[in-house]
Amino acid sequence: MSPKQSHRLRANSTAINRQKPVQFTFDGKQYTGFEGDTLASALLAHGVHLVGRSFKYHRPRGILGCGSEEPNALIRVRHPSNAEPNLRATQLEIYDGLVAESQNRFPSLNIDFLSINSMFARFFPAGFYYKTFMWPASLWMFYERFIRQAAGLGKVSKNHHDPDRYEHKYAHCDLLVAGGGASGLQAALVAANAGARVIIADEQSELGGWLLTDNNFNIDQKPAMDWASTVIKKLHSMPNVTCLVRTTIAASMDDNFILMAERVTEHLSIKEAHLPKQRLWKLRAAKVILATGAIERPLIFSGNDLPGVMLSSAARSYIFRYDVLAGTRAIIFTNNDDAYYTALAIHQAGGFVRCIVDLRDNPKSQIITTMRKLGIDVRTGHAVIAAHGTRHIASVDIAEYDTENGGPTSDAVHMDCNFLAMSGGLNPVVHLHSQRKGRLVWDERTSCYRPENKSDDWVSIGSANGTFQLGRALAQATRITSSLVTKLAKENRRIIVQEPVAIPETDENKQNWAPLPVWLVQSGQPYISNKTAFVDFQNDATAADIKLAVREGYHSVEHVKRYTTTGMATDQGKTSNINAIGILANTLNKSIAQTGTTTFRPPYTPTSLGAIAGRNIGSLFDPIRTTRMHSWHHANGATFEHVGQWMRAWYYPREGENFQQTINREVHATRHYAGLLDASTLGKIDVKGPDSAEFLNRVYTNNFATLPIGKSRYGLMLKEDGMVFDDGVTTRLAEDHFYMTTTSGGAAGVLAWLEELLQTEWQDLNVYLTSVTEQWSVASLSGPNAKTILKACMSEDKNSADDFPFMTMKETFIAGIPARIFRISFTGEMAFEINVPARYGLALWSHLMRVGKEFNLTAYGTEAMHVLRAEKGFIIVGQETDGTVTPYDLDMHWIVSKKKPDFIGKRALERTSMDEPHRKQLVGLLTEDPNKVIPEGAHAVLDPDQEIPMAMLGHVSSSYYSPNLKRSIAMALLKGGLNRKGQNVYIPMLDGQKPIKAKIVDPVFFDKQGDRLRG
Amino acid sequence: MLKINCPICGNRDETEFSCGGEAHIARPIADNKLTDTAFSEYLFMRDNPKGVFLERWCHTSGCRRWFNLARDTISHEIIEIYPMGQTPKTAKGKKAYQANWRRKSKAEAASKPAKRTVK
Repeated sequence: MSPKQSHRLRANSTAINRQKPVQFTFDGKQYTGFEGDTLASALLAHGVHLVGRSFKYHRPRGILGCGSEEPNALIRVRHPSNAEPNLRATQLEIYDGLVAESQNRFPSLNIDFLSINSMFARFFPAGFYYKTFMWPASLWMFYERFIRQAAGLGKVSKNHHDPDRYEHKYAHCDLLVAGGGASGLQAALVAANAGARVIIADEQSELGGWLLTDNNFNIDQKPAMDWASTVIKKLHSMPNVTCLVRTTIAASMDDNFILMAERVTEHLSIKEAHLPKQRLWKLRAAKVILATGAIERPLIFSGNDLPGVMLSSAARSYIFRYDVLAGTRAIIFTNNDDAYYTALAIHQAGGFVRCIVDLRDNPKSQIITTMRKLGIDVRTGHAVIAAHGTRHIASVDIAEYDTENGGPTSDAVHMDCNFLAMSGGLNPVVHLHSQRKGRLVWDERTSCYRPENKSDDWVSIGSANGTFQLGRALAQATRITSSLVTKLAKENRRIIVQEPVAIPETDENKQNWAPLPVWLVQSGQPYISNKTAFVDFQNDATAADIKLAVREGYHSVEHVKRYTTTGMATDQGKTSNINAIGILANTLNKSIAQTGTTTFRPPYTPTSLGAIAGRNIGSLFDPIRTTRMHSWHHANGATFEHVGQWMRAWYYPREGENFQQTINREVHATRHYAGLLDASTLGKIDVKGPDSAEFLNRVYTNNFATLPIGKSRYGLMLKEDGMVFDDGVTTRLAEDHFYMTTTSGGAAGVLAWLEELLQTEWQDLNVYLTSVTEQWSVASLSGPNAKTILKACMSEDKNSADDFPFMTMKETFIAGIPARIFRISFTGEMAFEINVPARYGLALWSHLMRVGKEFNLTAYGTEAMHVLRAEKGFIIVGQETDGTVTPYDLDMHWIVSKKKPDFIGKRALERTSMDEPHRKQLVGLLTEDPNKVIPEGAHAVLDPDQEIPMAMLGHVSSSYYSPNLKRSIAMALLKGGLNRKGQNVYIPMLDGQKPIKAKIVDPVFFDKQGDRLRG
Repeated sequence: MLKINCPICGNRDETEFSCGGEAHIARPIADNKLTDTAFSEYLFMRDNPKGVFLERWCHTSGCRRWFNLARDTISHEIIEIYPMGQTPKTAKGKKAYQANWRRKSKAEAASKPAKRTVK
């Protein structure tokens, strides 16, 4: 049996559906609310205020607001398989079966061991973490465990799999109206009537904004909300209008690119399978109207964070929208007129307004007179100097207050209560304006920062613009939207400027919206300090923290923000920023305008990573490319590795073989019989045009202009800084036609770089580049039996295989398939790279394997390829090079032309620093113990007994066990390595083992003369 | 996110493009008498002005063509888009081009005679 909704009123609000009770649990306890309730309103209906513990001090915290501004009521929702932290109870709509729990408490909300932190508050001052980091590092290691346990907002789910689905949606519109309050509705109506495609979006569950929380005045002679309902109905009926609720505009970016997070099914008890949990809109709007409204400021006094202390506007919202009276014995504490309407609402709802405490000395308004006539105790020129209570507000101290000098001028009167509604004035929601680098101006009259409207493309209106009075806001919305429509109509025939649109009339008559800015209520009593006068509720930053920061020398608003962490929590200071700036300004004796403000950055409220990722997860995260032979590799037990986006066969283990045994077998077979590698992933670029030879001459270090037709040449490509960028073999197919190969991972980058050169640097060259990587399948056949197998597979003129010199190309047929065969080698054996049109890849491969069987042909993967090439000292770009290695460092002087007047990187290689003797150079390493394989990436030193940090000589770039040499081999880049051959180096080990001793040698370990290769 | 008017494809989102950094850096030909310092101005030095900046952009996810763009780095306003190999036409663009220190640099002087064919 769930407890009674003791604080639910009899009235009949439209937001909740009393016919549909909803069961949910909070911290294990069962409650009943109604459809349309937020978790906050449903809990308040049961008189539950305490919903969380604070971040640093673990102080009990209640519900402060009624929407996205909520700093305290962050809760965690449990789903069957995972959990979501840090959801705002004030926005989370309840549904049947909702399991919610409080955060940041141990072991429970009512008894929290860590609340002892608040007794040690003086140890957690502003800049606590910075100060902690300055302690000896060893101490930090000790404290870190405890701090991490105690700090942090919420806990993420241990289950990394998010079962929910999120979508992205792309859209365009003529006008986006951000916010569905009175101004937003009027703006949408004006633009929609003119035929503009309008999107109006609001983060709440219904349109209406502040009109939902007021019932005291009329628009166009009917209750304000009736006017709104008519407009909303009209907008819904128009085909050119999209109304979005539960949609937060998270970011406003250049050229009116807007990100909106729409909560689609989160609030539903039954979630339809075809709908995503959230939809992230990527919207491009021709014009944007920011009608984002305003957020009320808290007042800063001791104990202002107790549960039961609430923003005045929120208290009124709960009454009007949710039929919930949050407190029955209420104190109203204000510096403006608006809170009187909250008092009136509480009074009319049957609550007892104990006292209205107004900081202003002698305010004169109709509403004040009205309240006095109702017999309510109104005390002007007074302040609540402290609130008291343990887990809920129980009483306040009220005293006459001198706002000039900041302090009470009479003895405090003690008054009991169970609720306090406070109002410190309004802050326009300028976030989206600020995200666009829009400037803010301080308005002395209304004591707020309002946007400086300078752009033609995005404009703030209404409360978001500091225009709080309803009549003026409606007029402004009409006028500004009409002028935007006129502009739009010039570019868009669909939009037709209408007759001057009538401005709705209203009797809203709040005479004094302007608050009396009192940033901090000083208690004047030594035993009540500023240390419980909270400015930023979510980050537990107090007025005392800000004052301390100033004393410690932080004067810039940006520094104070970071040092005290005010405004840096997930609510981004929606309720705290201006108060913090006010206190800072007062402490510095500056004006607020002089003090300045911080910058708001996206997102407006936290946006879930799931929504940002959308469908781009799992296998859709990044495309995977497979070769045409992939199915054969798969069927033959290959293990794959990712090379760029390619899946390449890594090795083909047989029954009972471990990794090393497989590699040894594949390497051995290739050296002694024959091996077949799927080399389809090699980058392939078709270079065509009359200036092709000249172009290649400029991008390779060696000469390609002289390359005869039908011949291949290995080339090294540098970037303009002289560092090795890519390598590969290029073959001349015709006078004006070349076939270039690149590394598998570098293909896209090489094509982009060559295109860039042609389009930007050498526009005079007539050359066309085409990527043909995926147009050719390539099988690389190598080993002593390679030629025999090739001959057996050739369809015609088999004897031509005998006349096939090294580094040449033949066009012929293999098993009836047209093929280009290149006699080039990356293994050091006689080898043929057989290129066939891609679709024949599998046929070619299967045929070769079938025919090769009697010649012991073995398929080998990329790992064996690495070992085979390392035995020969062939480099791999990206393994032996890292963007800091020149051809000279690789001991490849032979490949750098001395004759060519220019090529990319030539001048850079002539820099004096290139002759520096301590440059890292490529050498081979042979370990003293032939069975010891050095880990790749390990660093080498000359003296292993030197003190730490040791002088590094360089690093090991490649290291393998060579089955042909029956020992380990390695390549390394060592300082001055070329002159160190014969010396010993040591490789210290991380795991405490003895350093590995190795000798520096030439990196060619096998067949130094290259006899096998040339055949 | 900027909207960029690709000279070939029309208005597209910024995410389809890649920025190639500063435009109008003339490449000195290799057989010159440039000192290392003068060469380093070509190789390493890049401007990062507050105000009008002449940049190279490529429509990477579209036509893959390069073009020049004059952009205000404060307001993000795109002042002008003009073809590779040409200089800006607008007053702001012209001013940024002419006032740039590279116009007087040794590296730029050493880029001429450019477009020489190597035999």
